[in-house]
Amino acid sequence: MSLVNIKIEGRPYQVEEGLTILEAARQCGYEIPSLCSFNHGECNQGSCRVCLVEATGARGLAASCVYQVAEGMEVLINSPKAVAARRTSVELLLSNHNVNCQQCGKSGQCELQNVARIVGAREGMFKGAKTPTTYDDVSPSIVRDTSKCILCGRCVERCKNAHGNGVLGFQNRGFDAKVGPAMDISFADSPCIMCGQCVTVCPTGALLPKSEIDKVDFARAQGKYMVVQTAPAVRAALGEEFGLPIGTPVTGKMAAALRRLGFNRVYDVDFGADLTIMEEANELLDRVKSGGVLPMITSCSPGWVNYAETYYADLLPHLSSCKSPHQMQGAIIKSYFAQAHGLDPKDIFVVSIMPCTAKKSEKDRAQMEVDGIRDVDAVLTVCELGDLIKRSGMQFNRLPEEGFDYDIMGTSTGAGVIFGVTGGVMEAALRTAYRVLEGKEHDAVVFNAVRGFDGIREATIAMGGMDVKVAVASGMANAKILLDQIREGTSPYHFIEIMGCPGGCINGGGMPIVRHCFLPNEDVDIVDTYRAKRARALYTEDERNTLRQSHNNPQIIELYSRFLEKPNSHKAHELLHTTYAGREPFRVQDH
Amino acid sequence: MARLSGASVARIEEICDAYQGEKTPLVMILSDIQREFGYVPLEVQEVVSRKTGLSVAEIYGVVTFYSFFSLTPKGKHVIGCCLGTACYVKGAQRIIDRFCNDLGIEPGGTTDDGMFTIDALRCIGACAAAPAVTIDGKVYARVDISQVPGIISAYRQMEGGAE
Ligand code: SF4
Ligand code: SF4
Ligand code: SF4
Ligand code: FES
Repeated sequence: MSLVNIKIEGRPYQVEEGLTILEAARQCGYEIPSLCSFNHGECNQGSCRVCLVEATGARGLAASCVYQVAEGMEVLINSPKAVAARRTSVELLLSNHNVNCQQCGKSGQCELQNVARIVGAREGMFKGAKTPTTYDDVSPSIVRDTSKCILCGRCVERCKNAHGNGVLGFQNRGFDAKVGPAMDISFADSPCIMCGQCVTVCPTGALLPKSEIDKVDFARAQGKYMVVQTAPAVRAALGEEFGLPIGTPVTGKMAAALRRLGFNRVYDVDFGADLTIMEEANELLDRVKSGGVLPMITSCSPGWVNYAETYYADLLPHLSSCKSPHQMQGAIIKSYFAQAHGLDPKDIFVVSIMPCTAKKSEKDRAQMEVDGIRDVDAVLTVCELGDLIKRSGMQFNRLPEEGFDYDIMGTSTGAGVIFGVTGGVMEAALRTAYRVLEGKEHDAVVFNAVRGFDGIREATIAMGGMDVKVAVASGMANAKILLDQIREGTSPYHFIEIMGCPGGCINGGGMPIVRHCFLPNEDVDIVDTYRAKRARALYTEDERNTLRQSHNNPQIIELYSRFLEKPNSHKAHELLHTTYAGREPFRVQDH
Repeated sequence: MARLSGASVARIEEICDAYQGEKTPLVMILSDIQREFGYVPLEVQEVVSRKTGLSVAEIYGVVTFYSFFSLTPKGKHVIGCCLGTACYVKGAQRIIDRFCNDLGIEPGGTTDDGMFTIDALRCIGACAAAPAVTIDGKVYARVDISQVPGIISAYRQMEGGAE
């Protein structure tokens, strides 16, 4: 690594060669406004021009997000010329923008709004026509409003990086240019897997999760018996909505908040995760023993399931038939729990708090019901829960620490909580599979080989007299490699974990956004490290739990003895398992 | 997808294969398809996507970027009205409006009988002939609005149709 000497506002600094001015300035303690660029050039169009600075050597002003530092360079961020130019750039963007911040779901977390405020953009400087809008709220997961789009291309790049063959692209040109799925069709009719990765990088309100808050309000007003359940990853990020440092676990305050929001029961989906492990580990062992379809692939990530149904329909028999944890738990709430409390399942309304936009589409799947009773009635993202809490007037950071409700399904294990991070489902399953095959616990609780953020990880574990080979991938670009091996008949694995979002649920499309400009108190590399920080919160909760293996959860044992009999029983299949079906990537009639 | 015949799919694949060695074959592939089939609808883009590994979104982006490509079938005769700056200041907007009015279609549209398509073009490099109109590649120079009905009926007569 060689260093170069530069000056910013006349002060000398040494920075790494090859950095852009924007990145170098960030390391020196300056945050230059930026919109179209994203972290280390993940998106680097240099088109928005809100990052202009004066730099010696540059012809005219330099776009700091693409212009690299050089020995002896002098950078001026705060010169009158640079300041005026940045303001003009923002004013030009706003001239073709639907500026209704007060009613916009992104307000307060919008980079355009933030930049406009910082540069002092003035009203109506460039009046003119506006590009006709596409507004798509047809899909269950994502709302696209091109009147808020600044054509930065971040979503295009993220979808491509995460999943290989992207869903989004630029279309038309000049004034008519838009970003969206081909043919400008709805996400609902496109090959989109609803993961929401594009939503997490969009600087504006052009892409937002589809809100279901109204649905929840309505159910409450109707006097439904409200049960809420929170996914593992939620506790690792909800605090960010209230300004807490990234990676602060807020399990106790979250439970307290949910109770105060009027939910009759507050449960942890970790219980459902333990249940999933019981079913899935036993399904795997069945397949191994009876010569069933291998490798078996996990099925708890609906983004991944959507992808499999769209592009690998021939491999659907490889997917575990297990529903995902919150769907399983929803089905148990409306059967076992309802019976125990003498409730009519029709009067129960189950709300899942999820790090995920694809879960919104999952709960709407035709298969996700038992005898006409839906497993789950509404799915809210972490951000939506944050909004609900703020709306209620509660001061989250002043709430006491409380626990989840403990009757019937209130106990969970460390295995359940690590479901929220890539490799976690695999690790949890291995802990239980080992026990079933060897009749004792694995010496080390932790299976380190499946942890981490490399695109693909693999491990071989000796158990039951055989070498069980496993692999873990997140993001479809990585998953594709493992899937093509299966297609070609060269896959060496018995069991594969796939999650839709890179890094797993802790990086899901329903999680709070992470941006330098909004996080002045975090490390300057926070956009690279937030996933690991959130993951640490989950691993720590696992370590602190006295119960580390799903099969040791006493309430799971009780659930089987009182209700389900045994894993993969007839009753378990009725309630906890599901089916898949192939679908066309484009579900539109071409004109 | 369902509406593409096996033969069409095979032909599109053949076109894609022909450019295998190229670094950026997409525009060439799409040009060949446009010439041969007259348009590049979604089903065709899906085949090209499978063959080239490029996403449909990216292919669609190229198809909609260049006005040469079309998502819907073009008419037998393609009337291109240049709306480049030189033509525009010489009244090209009124020319294209007249063509649209007489044929009852919008720019980019095709008449019901499949005879005519009107395209609005950006500068075609015939500024000396402004306002310029091209029909099937033939350039009509300094077109006056009063000539439009005559031009249309000439092409109709060429097809042997009665006025
Ligand atoms: S996208 Fe941002 S700037 Fe635009 S209306 Fe929404 S909050 Fe305001
Ligand atoms: S939700 Fe996921 S798959 Fe769909 S467009 Fe966004 S990033 Fe791509
Ligand atoms: S939708 Fe959002 S991320 Fe995508 S181009 Fe528009 S503003 Fe950028
Ligand atoms: S952030 Fe630099 S040009 Fe957009």
